[in-house]
Amino acid sequence: MSIELLIFFILAVFLIASSLLVIFQRNPVHSALALVAALFIMAVLFLTQEAPMVAVLQIFVYAGAIMVLFLFVIMLLNPSMPEKGHWIWWGSGSLGAALLAVELISLFLPVHGTKPLGAEVGENFGSPKLLAEILFKEFVLPFEIASILLLVALIGAVVLAKR
Amino acid sequence: MVPLNYYLALSAFVFAIGVIGVIIRRNLIVILLSLELMLNAVNLTFIAISRSLGSMDGQVIVFFVMTVAAAEAVVGLAIIISLFRKRQSLDPQEMQLLRW
Repeated sequence: MSIELLIFFILAVFLIASSLLVIFQRNPVHSALALVAALFIMAVLFLTQEAPMVAVLQIFVYAGAIMVLFLFVIMLLNPSMPEKGHWIWWGSGSLGAALLAVELISLFLPVHGTKPLGAEVGENFGSPKLLAEILFKEFVLPFEIASILLLVALIGAVVLAKR
Repeated sequence: MVPLNYYLALSAFVFAIGVIGVIIRRNLIVILLSLELMLNAVNLTFIAISRSLGSMDGQVIVFFVMTVAAAEAVVGLAIIISLFRKRQSLDPQEMQLLRW
């Protein structure tokens, strides 16, 4: 087994473990912290896929800004009520998601055999310069729409929270 | 090199875990956290396929997914705060005003 495959499997095990912790913790604060761990591991997986800029953005934007917002709201509301779980929800939810996982994984696994990741890429693949060039040349219109979306979300959040 | 399929299977698994969280949890904040997990699983798919095809477009799409996720989290948390003020509860089962 090559060293890359070994690293991938270690990261995969940690990612699945922290994702399971996100949904099976009683306390929402612990769920949020497990999600921070999952996001960091995801950033390392991005690094192994030659996407350093996206990995840094992942840590700054997701693990930094968004998760701080989540923790802030959780601690503001302090929702420490017990959940009245119902076995029908647990059963049907787990069954449906297990079916989804089996279907997706069996869809993905045999298609290309075990061919390694294809295309040869240059050494500045994933660099901020190349990303910015594509973003501001081919994707200018989506970029502007995204900025309007953020503005709308900002105003909407202020209006909703003041109500 | 790690095969592309392994990355796709891993992200499918994480996506399914997020689906379980949305269905079985009865706390709005944890449901939002599971949504973020699902969005990230899709991001991993984009990054892996972008590397596999040797094209940077997938990484740009991930950038936009992050923007949408930030907007969704901000508006969702604002709605949760105003709901909590009104009902003192985060249980989605109790929010059935529009149910017939």
